Amino acid sequence: MIDFDSIPRIKEVSACHGVYDANNCERKNVDRFDDRQKHSVKVLPSIEEAVRRSGLKDGMTVSFHHHFRNGDYIVNMVMDVIAKMGIKNLTVAASSLTDCHWPLIEHIKNGVITHIETSGLRGKLAEAVSHGLMDFPVIFRSHGGRAAAIESGELHIDVAFLGAPSCDPYGNANGYNRDSEEGSCCGSLGYAKLDALYADQCVIITDHLVSFPNTPFGIPESQVEYVVVVDNIGDPKGIMSGATRFTKNPKELLIANYATKAIEASGYFEDNFSMQMGSGGASLAVARFLRERMIEKDIKCRFALGGITGQIVQMHEEGLVKKILDVQSFDLIAANSLKNNRFHQQIDASYYASYANSGAAVSQLDFVILSALEVDTDFNVNVMTGSDGVIRGAVGGHPDAAAGASMTVVVCPLLRGRIPTICSHVNTICTPGRTVDVVVTDQGIAVNPLRPELYERFAAAGLPVTTIEKLHERAEKIAGIPAPIEYTDRIVGVLMYRDNTVLDVIRQVKD
Amino acid sequence: MSKLRRSMLFVPGNNPGMIRDAHIYGSDSIMFDLEDSVSVTEKDAARFLVYKALTKLHYGKKELVVRINDLSSDLGIADLEAIVRAQPDVIRLPKTDSARDVIECEREIERIEREVGIPVGKTGMMAAIESANGVLNAKEIAFSSKRLIGIALGAEDYVTDLKTTRSPEGVELMFARSMIVNAAKAAGIMALDTVYSDVNNEEGFMAEATLIRKMGFDGKSVINPRQIAPLHAVFTPSEKDLKKARAIMEAIAEANARGSGVASLNGKMIDKPVVARAQYLLEMAERAKTITVEEV
Repeated sequence: MIDFDSIPRIKEVSACHGVYDANNCERKNVDRFDDRQKHSVKVLPSIEEAVRRSGLKDGMTVSFHHHFRNGDYIVNMVMDVIAKMGIKNLTVAASSLTDCHWPLIEHIKNGVITHIETSGLRGKLAEAVSHGLMDFPVIFRSHGGRAAAIESGELHIDVAFLGAPSCDPYGNANGYNRDSEEGSCCGSLGYAKLDALYADQCVIITDHLVSFPNTPFGIPESQVEYVVVVDNIGDPKGIMSGATRFTKNPKELLIANYATKAIEASGYFEDNFSMQMGSGGASLAVARFLRERMIEKDIKCRFALGGITGQIVQMHEEGLVKKILDVQSFDLIAANSLKNNRFHQQIDASYYASYANSGAAVSQLDFVILSALEVDTDFNVNVMTGSDGVIRGAVGGHPDAAAGASMTVVVCPLLRGRIPTICSHVNTICTPGRTVDVVVTDQGIAVNPLRPELYERFAAAGLPVTTIEKLHERAEKIAGIPAPIEYTDRIVGVLMYRDNTVLDVIRQVKD
Repeated sequence: MSKLRRSMLFVPGNNPGMIRDAHIYGSDSIMFDLEDSVSVTEKDAARFLVYKALTKLHYGKKELVVRINDLSSDLGIADLEAIVRAQPDVIRLPKTDSARDVIECEREIERIEREVGIPVGKTGMMAAIESANGVLNAKEIAFSSKRLIGIALGAEDYVTDLKTTRSPEGVELMFARSMIVNAAKAAGIMALDTVYSDVNNEEGFMAEATLIRKMGFDGKSVINPRQIAPLHAVFTPSEKDLKKARAIMEAIAEANARGSGVASLNGKMIDKPVVARAQYLLEMAERAKTITVEEV
C-alpha cells in the first residue's frame, strides 16, 4: 500500500484549487443547457459595444467579407457606428466591395476611412475613387494575394466584422444552418474564414442566433471574440441571385461552344480532371456543354473549384463531378448543396488560392475558364477598369486561377458595342499574359505562343485558331482605334499581383 | 458544285450589332432585311447601314442576300439604287405574285448595273412567294429570270392571304410548299423554306426542318442564330448515309472499270438516280465541312 502521508508537503495539494479553490471559487454552473446559452458572455447587445470591447482605435484596420454581394448590410452598418463613435483614419480591408457600399464615400470624406484594400470596387464608390476621392490609392489584391498578405502579416487585421447567416452564442458561425430553413443563406464563408483566423479580434454579426452547437461551422468559436445579433444582415435578394439560368444569347453560346471544343481537344479533358468555371453566361454554357461531353465520353471530374454555381452542383449530384471545393457559393442551389452534400467542401481563401500555400487548390487545376473586359496582344487581361478608364470590376481569383491552372482559357467577345475587347494594351493589367494560354472569341481562338502544342491540337481538331494579332486587327478593322483614355498623373489604385508585388496602377480619370 | 443554302440568317437592316456579327454563326447565307423587320421611319437608315456594311465589313465567303422592299412603293427602287451598287450576291424580292414582278425588278437591276459598270447579270435574284396567287404562279416565277438562284416561301403573309393561321404541323402550307419545291426543281433552282418563329421550340423547329428536307427543299430561313446548328444537323447527311453513299460510288466505279453499266450493292441494283443521290449527299457533306477562321 502506498503511504501517501510520507510524500513531503502532500497536505498542501488539494483537488479544489485555482478557480475551483474551495474558499473563493464560483459555484459551478448547474443551469439547464438552454439557459446557459442565454448567458454567453460573447453575445453583446450592440455593434457599438462590440467596437468598444474590441479595442478599435484610430489608425487601425477593420475587415469585412463579400459573401453577401450586393445585398450586404454589414459594411455600411458597422462603419456608420464606428463613424458615430468618432474613430478615424481607419483602413477598410474588405475581401471585396460592390455597388451597395457607396455610403463609404461620406466616411472617406470625413476622414473615418483613409485607406481601402479590396478585390474590387463598383458603382458610385468606384466612380468617386476613379475621380480622386482618396488621398491614398486603393490597394487591389486578388483573393489569393489577400490571403497571402494576411498570412505573411503584410495585411494585419485588428478587428474583423463578419456577417454570418447563422451563429450560436459562442461564435460558431456559418453561411447556412442545417437545423432549419430560416434566415438567409450565403453558402460558403470562404473569405471570412481567413479573416477570423488571423484577426486580433473577431466579431460575428448575425440575424439568426441558433442553439449551440451550430454544426457544421465555417468559423469555429475559438476564433471569435464577440457575437452581435441584428435585425438584418443583408437583403436576401442581393445575397443570392437565385437559380442561375442558361444563357440564350447566341454569341455567348457560340463562344462557349468554341471553348468547349478547345477544352476537348486540349489534352486536359481526361478522366479525373479538375476545373474551375466562372458564373458568367459563357462560363455557365461551357459547363453545360462539357457535361454533355462528359456523359458521352464517360469522363468524370475529380474536383470543381471556385465560386460554385448550380450548374456544377447538378453535375456533382449526377456523379460527374466527384468533389466540390467552394470558397464562395454563387447561387442558392450552390449554397443548399454545401448544406446538404457530403463532398461539397467549404474552403478558405488560402486553401483556394494563396500564393504562399503550396497546396492551394488553384495550383491543382487542369483548366479554368475566365472572363475579361480587355485582352491585349501580349495576352494581358483587364477585369478592373472599363473603356472609360473608370474602375468597375474586381480582380477576384482571376490571376490566381490563371497562374495555377495548366490551361487558362479566357472567353470574351471580339467587340463589345463599338469597343474592341482585343486591344494593343489593356487599361489595367490584372492578370499577366504569360499565365493566359487561350483566348476564345466569337471570331476565332488565339493561342499564346508559349503554348504551341495547344495551337497544334486545336488546329488538328478543326477549330478556328488564329493569332491574337489577327484578332486585334479584325476588331480594329470593324470598330476603328478608340481614342486613348485621358488620365491625370495621380494614382488612385494599385494592383498587387498574387505575390503582393505591384503589377500595375490605376490613374485618376480626367473630368 | 452549286452553293450550299441550308440556312439563310435574317438580319434586320436597322440593327448595327447584328449586322456586324452576322457572319460568325456559321449560316450558309446572310440575308439583310430592309423590308418587314424595319419600321417605315427607319427605312432610309437601314438602307444606308446595309450599304455601308456590304461595302466596308468583311463577311468572308458568306453568300450575302438583301431583301428589298417591293417595287410597288418608292422604297423598292431606292433600295435597289443603293444595294445593287454595294454588290451583294443576291437581291431577294418580296411578295412576288407573278413573273412580271421578277422581270420588272430585273430590268431595274440591269439598268443600275449598266449605270455603274457592274457586269450585267452579276447580281443574283431570289423571289419570295407570299400569296395564294404567287403560289399558283410559282412555275412561271421560277422560270422568269436567269438571275434567279431560288424561290422561297414567305409563310406569314401567305397564311394571312389564305385566311388561316400557322399550325405546328404546317398542314396549311402543304400545297404551297409542294408547289414551290416542284416549280423550283423544274426550273433547276433552289427551293427555300420560310422561317420558324417560335425560337424556343427546338423540337418543333427540328420537326419542320426534317419535313421540308424530305419534301426536297434546299434550306430554310432562320431568325435566330440558335436555329442554325440544329438546321444544319438536319441537312447534313448522317455518317450512316455517307457510308452507304461511298459504297454506292465504289460499286459503280468498279462496274465502270469492268466496262459494265450495271452495278449492284448488297443484292440491290444501283441505277442512275441512286448514283445521283449518293453523289449529291457526298457533295453536301464535303461542302458542310467545318469552316476555319480565315474563311469567316
